[in-house]
Amino acid sequence: MEILVCVKRVPDASENEIEVNSKGTDIERDDLVYSVNEWDNYAVEEAIQIRDKVGGTVTVITVGDEEAEEVLRREMAMGADKGILISDEAFEGADGRGIAAILKAEIEKGNYDLILTGAQADDGAGQVGGMLAAMLDVPYASLVNFLEIIDDKKIKAGREIAGGNQEMNEIELPCVLSIQTGINEPRYVGIRGIRKVASLDIPVRTAGDLGLEASAVAPKVNRVDYFVPEPGEGAEMLEGSTEEIIEKLVEILKAKGGIK
Amino acid sequence: METALISPANATVFGIPTVIFSVLIPVVGVALFTYIVAQRSAPLVLANPDYRFDRVPQRLWAVLKLWLGQLKQPRYRVGGVLHIMLFAGFLILSIRSLSLVFLGVAEDFVVPGFGGGFGRFYNVIKDYAVTIVFVAALIAAVRRGFFKPDRYKVPPQYGKDHTPEAIFILGMICALLITESMYEASAMSANQQLGLHAELIAPLSLAWFFKIILADVSIETLQGIHLAAYYLHDIIFFSFLCILPLGKHFHVITSLFNVYFLKLNKGSVKPVKWGVPEEKLLDLDSFGSKNFEDFTWKHILDFYSCADCGRCSDQCPATAVGRPLSPRFISIKARDYCFDKYPLRGGFKKGEPLIGSIYSEDEIWSCTTCGACEEECPLMIEYIDKMVDLRRGMVDEGNVPQSVQKPLQALEKRGNPYGKMEKKRADWTKEKEFKAECPVKVLEKGGTADTLYFVDSVTSYDDNIQKLGRAAARVLTAAGVEFGILGKGEKDSGHEVRRFGEEMLFQELRDHNTEMIAESGVKKIVTADPHAYNAFKKDYNGLPPVEHISQLIAQALDTGKIRLKSIENTDAVYTYHDPCYLGRHNGLYDIPRDVLDQIPGIKRVEMDKCRDRSFCCGGGGLYLFYEPIEDKRMGQLRVQMANEAGANIIVTACPFCMVNIEDAIKTSGLEGQMTVVDLVELVDQHLIAA
Repeated sequence: MEILVCVKRVPDASENEIEVNSKGTDIERDDLVYSVNEWDNYAVEEAIQIRDKVGGTVTVITVGDEEAEEVLRREMAMGADKGILISDEAFEGADGRGIAAILKAEIEKGNYDLILTGAQADDGAGQVGGMLAAMLDVPYASLVNFLEIIDDKKIKAGREIAGGNQEMNEIELPCVLSIQTGINEPRYVGIRGIRKVASLDIPVRTAGDLGLEASAVAPKVNRVDYFVPEPGEGAEMLEGSTEEIIEKLVEILKAKGGIK
Repeated sequence: METALISPANATVFGIPTVIFSVLIPVVGVALFTYIVAQRSAPLVLANPDYRFDRVPQRLWAVLKLWLGQLKQPRYRVGGVLHIMLFAGFLILSIRSLSLVFLGVAEDFVVPGFGGGFGRFYNVIKDYAVTIVFVAALIAAVRRGFFKPDRYKVPPQYGKDHTPEAIFILGMICALLITESMYEASAMSANQQLGLHAELIAPLSLAWFFKIILADVSIETLQGIHLAAYYLHDIIFFSFLCILPLGKHFHVITSLFNVYFLKLNKGSVKPVKWGVPEEKLLDLDSFGSKNFEDFTWKHILDFYSCADCGRCSDQCPATAVGRPLSPRFISIKARDYCFDKYPLRGGFKKGEPLIGSIYSEDEIWSCTTCGACEEECPLMIEYIDKMVDLRRGMVDEGNVPQSVQKPLQALEKRGNPYGKMEKKRADWTKEKEFKAECPVKVLEKGGTADTLYFVDSVTSYDDNIQKLGRAAARVLTAAGVEFGILGKGEKDSGHEVRRFGEEMLFQELRDHNTEMIAESGVKKIVTADPHAYNAFKKDYNGLPPVEHISQLIAQALDTGKIRLKSIENTDAVYTYHDPCYLGRHNGLYDIPRDVLDQIPGIKRVEMDKCRDRSFCCGGGGLYLFYEPIEDKRMGQLRVQMANEAGANIIVTACPFCMVNIEDAIKTSGLEGQMTVVDLVELVDQHLIAA
């Protein structure tokens, strides 16, 4: 089975204290560290497990600057067979639709049975998977937390729906799935693994290679502002000793019907 | 010399000269034994290399102390004394057993040097040795069969009870002693009846009793007993020899070698593969112990040598809190696996990966590397290096608990497990009051100092532990030490990174710190973190001399550079908790206690488990993130021990002990009754201003 996983390099929010820059156009990036978007890690792990079971290859792809190569290497250290970096100045500032269009152009050159994305990215809007499926005109399932290969034509995809209930779907290949965390336990990628793939060749595709004009991927959604919301009304700080705070909290909870 | 009975060398039974058996039994026995030992050697040959051929004098000294001297045995009084009796008896009787074999061929055989007066002396000693071993074996059998000490129990998940095997072997030993004594007593009784010369039999020895019993038995019967006893002894002796390598009694043979090849660098971790330099590590196909043959030959010898005494697991904090780990069964399971895979008959079987077959992931991650098991083992069996090698194998396969993956990645990117920014590493020095009173020099900014205070991650970033850093800085200042810190140039020492099996990440951290320390130009390093201390001493190379802060405080007290005022709270009873990496791994037991005792008016008690039997608090570094399967926390047990000792203040000398014990006091509901304080904090609180 030919599997493609779309990954993204994101600022590691869990390890950083994110601050908005003074102009409000972006976050402060000087002291940031980056890593693979968490959801994408689960998608790659799932792809590797499928490949190990039924055979085939796993390709990881990303759209970004040259530093994005780092996340491809990490996923290759994890076990992906190939990496493709799509990088062109023309793609800077692309929105979700733009990214989907870029990916589509590359995907059409290949022959992929299964395309996985993360359900969303730490710094994204969760759009690319759905748009990509629509552009490719293939079936799509979002927030997939269970995956089983039936045969080379069909798969079974599970999704968690409201109330913790599980929904099962049969989907024909090729298709696009967006993967939810918790579908598996991604393996650890050690320094040795990364060093071992350090010299592997990762092809870079430009707008020219893909036959894309900058205008075709120009953003239709433009970001206007970045800001930290002002603290709103209604918050109440309880003061006093721990016992007093607990007493007050219990009172309030009782008064508002939180506890009986 | 004329004797009443015909010796086995000259006797005939049904017309067959018995000397045939005297030759046949030893020849078959020795041949079989040689074959078995050769088969058992195969895994050692196929195993990974291990360098244990250096430092001969130290190794001989260890053999003298630990093997011949049985130094560790009395740590468990009853079992230990019984073992010493058996061991000493065996040593003495080995000569007798050897001479008996030859006596079956030549009746006048004398072991060279054992003739005359010395021979008679030896015979008396030997008679008592037989008796002592006999009594010890009986007591041991009763102990195992009826009293059943807890540490011999086999929990259901580890298979069947081992008592039958133990009793069987003890029975064999008794049978050997009885037949030897019968052989002797029958001859002497016959000689006495015929008025011939009868050798003195040591009074009250087993043979002496038998001689009394046989006093009125006819010469004919005595002749029968004499020959039967001899050949029974011969058969049992060689059977015993061949049974030894089949189970836990292999240690009778391997212990001498296992002790000689012991690990001499306590607290260190073995290289990934002996003989492969670091720059070649990337070329290795695989890391760590994934399959049985990935263990080193010494590790396999360890498995062969385990006597199943259960002392390791009795001391293991992981076992005590119900984690799925029992060091004893790390050895036993590996030995069973090895004996099954390398059978005595038929070809070697194909093996399967260790994790998932005999070991589970959680089992291997459960170890805090505290070293209690290794400290206790009378045979010097190692566990920490095996754990690290098994983890290296798991890390290589990407098999790392989810709870530790984030901290490891943060260590890779930020040099600390919390993922905090490098530039905030010195923030603990910036607290307003502290900054005014005790400014701390950061060496990266062109500052110079004699001494580097290596803070490490937990003290740099943990809100509750930063106060230890400030206390350390105040104490160093008071002691007149001209010191600085590396600030954002410092990264985690990597001590736990290495022990979690992420060798390459450890090497990156080590290389970074080594470079920064060299650039800083300091002549000395001091740290308040025993884990960093151990890393610098055992895992790093080419650093300036390293001290733990307790050593520096002790010197400052000695030279009068600092002085301490009296304890104010007269109800306070202190107890000192030995951090594993200060005590067991580095032998610093007395210095911290001496420092404590120099605080005037201090009341200090010892916990039952102290010094080299200290009980791990739960582990440092990455262990703070690992979520083990357990019934309760190690820290909770430790707090309970302190409480039972009558203490209300636990003093430790390690930031991780502080974190774990502080937590444990809260989760045990002892807040307000018990507190924990670091040695440095305590000294800081009692400084007399100069």
